[in-house]
Amino acid sequence: MIVRRMRELARWMAPLVLLGAAVPVGAQAHLMLHGGGATFPFPLYAQWSYEYARLTGERFNYQSIGSGAGIEQMRHHIFDFGASEAPLDADVLSRSGLIQFPMVIGGVVPVVNLPGIASAELKLTGPILADVFLGRITSWRDPRIMALNPHLRLPPLEISVVTRADGSGSTWLITRYLGEVSADWRLKVGNGPSVRWPVGMASKGNEGVSSYVKQTTGSIGYVEFTYARQNGLATVLLQNRAGGFPSPGRASFLAAAAKAEWSGPDRTPRGLTDQAGEDSWPIVGASFILIARDQPDGKRAEALLKYFDWCFRGGKRIVDELDYVPIPEPIVRRIEASWAAEIRSAGKPVWPLAYPAAKSGG
Amino acid sequence: MQQPAEGAAKTAVRQAPPPGPAAPARPQGRSHPGNLPDVLFRATTLFFAGLVLLLILAIGTVLFAQAHLAFSHFGLKFLWTKEWDPVRESFGALPSIFGTLVSSFLAILIAVPVSLGIAIFLTEMAPPWLQRPVGLAVEMLAAVPSIIYGMWGLFSFAPIMARHVEPWLKHHLGFLPLFQGPPMGIGMMTAAIILAVMIIPFITSITRDVFALVPAMAKESAYGLGATTWEVVRNVVIPYTRTGIVGAIFLGLGRALGETMAVTFVIGNAHDISLSLLSPSNTISSTLANEFTEATSHLYVSSLIALGLILFLITTIILSVAKLLLWRIERQVVGSVR
Repeated sequence: MIVRRMRELARWMAPLVLLGAAVPVGAQAHLMLHGGGATFPFPLYAQWSYEYARLTGERFNYQSIGSGAGIEQMRHHIFDFGASEAPLDADVLSRSGLIQFPMVIGGVVPVVNLPGIASAELKLTGPILADVFLGRITSWRDPRIMALNPHLRLPPLEISVVTRADGSGSTWLITRYLGEVSADWRLKVGNGPSVRWPVGMASKGNEGVSSYVKQTTGSIGYVEFTYARQNGLATVLLQNRAGGFPSPGRASFLAAAAKAEWSGPDRTPRGLTDQAGEDSWPIVGASFILIARDQPDGKRAEALLKYFDWCFRGGKRIVDELDYVPIPEPIVRRIEASWAAEIRSAGKPVWPLAYPAAKSGG
Repeated sequence: MQQPAEGAAKTAVRQAPPPGPAAPARPQGRSHPGNLPDVLFRATTLFFAGLVLLLILAIGTVLFAQAHLAFSHFGLKFLWTKEWDPVRESFGALPSIFGTLVSSFLAILIAVPVSLGIAIFLTEMAPPWLQRPVGLAVEMLAAVPSIIYGMWGLFSFAPIMARHVEPWLKHHLGFLPLFQGPPMGIGMMTAAIILAVMIIPFITSITRDVFALVPAMAKESAYGLGATTWEVVRNVVIPYTRTGIVGAIFLGLGRALGETMAVTFVIGNAHDISLSLLSPSNTISSTLANEFTEATSHLYVSSLIALGLILFLITTIILSVAKLLLWRIERQVVGSVR
């Protein structure tokens, strides 16, 4: 019932959304494809489809309705593609007849508001971060934090923990990381897009967390890297598995992505969090696209894959502009190989296309 | 006032088919048989009125059906369980119910005196040239979208609370359990104040309108007897308009209970129950706003819908109590007049 309503809604909304998009309409009728899900990559997906429509006339309408809703739509094959922050399990994928692949990489960073301490000065380790979020370390002058930062003058403040109130990929990512570095975290809280936080206050959206942290002296929260940069929040140096203290940014996200083992039957990375390598930022994750294994309409399937291929290659410039990290080229080749192997329309493979794909970035 | 009219309309409809000479005697609700526009008009309005009932019934049914999974899984103890753990799928509504009731109650506590004050000032004391602009300003407040209140609360009001108001409260009243915890500017008190600001225009404009209905004769008589403005308000205006005031308060309460965005921004969204007004809390509607989009499992979604059902029931109960109260007051007034 909900599903049917959503489908209707999608039909009604799409033309409205596109009315404002000022898309040049060519002589031939162009397809319009629908997708939806995760909110985190929305700015990127919106920019991609705008640029792509400008180049080719083909329209991709992306609705940021949340990963949960996106997955639900794809289970019922309502959208042409879905987007999710957390990768789906292989058995869920095969049961729903979907395949997934990473589309873009981003990082989550802890941010602090401590007087006298600038960005990328405070050092923390995974276990300390876990104990802060568990409510076990309650003061910034805790001996463990002091020992790690002998050169910093830490203020005698209580720690105010700030978390995300709404279900989100950022929460999924950081709770996954905390579970990897702390057995207690696994036991007491676990991993999910929303969890039962033992302490702290929660705010809606990255911007909500940013503003809570900005306003509360002595607070610590976590946001998508882009938000930390745009809001001038102080990030921390977080110890990675190799013992290094990389500062968060595109370089350390890329390092983590390069070290990740991108394997498994579903072509998802076996986790990008807590990667090996001196320079790898430990809380890195991908945003995933879901599409149907068996495509009902060959034309639409071709358009879809052509578009994603363009996003990977021609759309890279936009990825950089918006502070995300593109999927490394070798991985893109493997993703496209998986399209060739698995996506069928009327029994025939859809990829590679019979004609060359658009590669220009504009 | 509505009941008799409705009753008359019903009898009229019922009696419409047999045409008779008795019809012209009735003062209202008459319908000439064969007067097609009239019949159509009545049928259309009846249909619209019925639609509202049907809608409420449909909402209730859907909520009930979809909340069933949560209630059959957790039982009635869903209502008084404190835990809300999406990872382990263990859900309880108590913190959200508590936050909803407490924040709305506090908002009413703040808003009612302020609104009555504004309304009394506007009708009894303000010079005519001031009445209109102040009245308009109050009504403009009602037109501000709730997201604006939320953003203003988060970016402007919460810092003031955190830096000035809450430290002051902690310093002077810190011995009370109501003012414990760090002054973060985010929490129950900030949410209640924002809610109060949002419902003040509603309560004010209704009470102002009912105050304006007080017969000038009654007031002039009281003044003539040497009553002060306060005495006139206390003994003439307020007794005369009790029903309207109660109605206005409950309208405000209804709005406070369901308010979502503004509260979500400033309440801190913690599934916790705390006596302290400074600590973060949660309401049913902000939980829904936060968690619906990413709720994937059936039990999770059903638990959220169960929260919606609880809010629906709370609102229904409160409106019923209001109606009951109004009915009793009306009876008293009628009794005293006789």
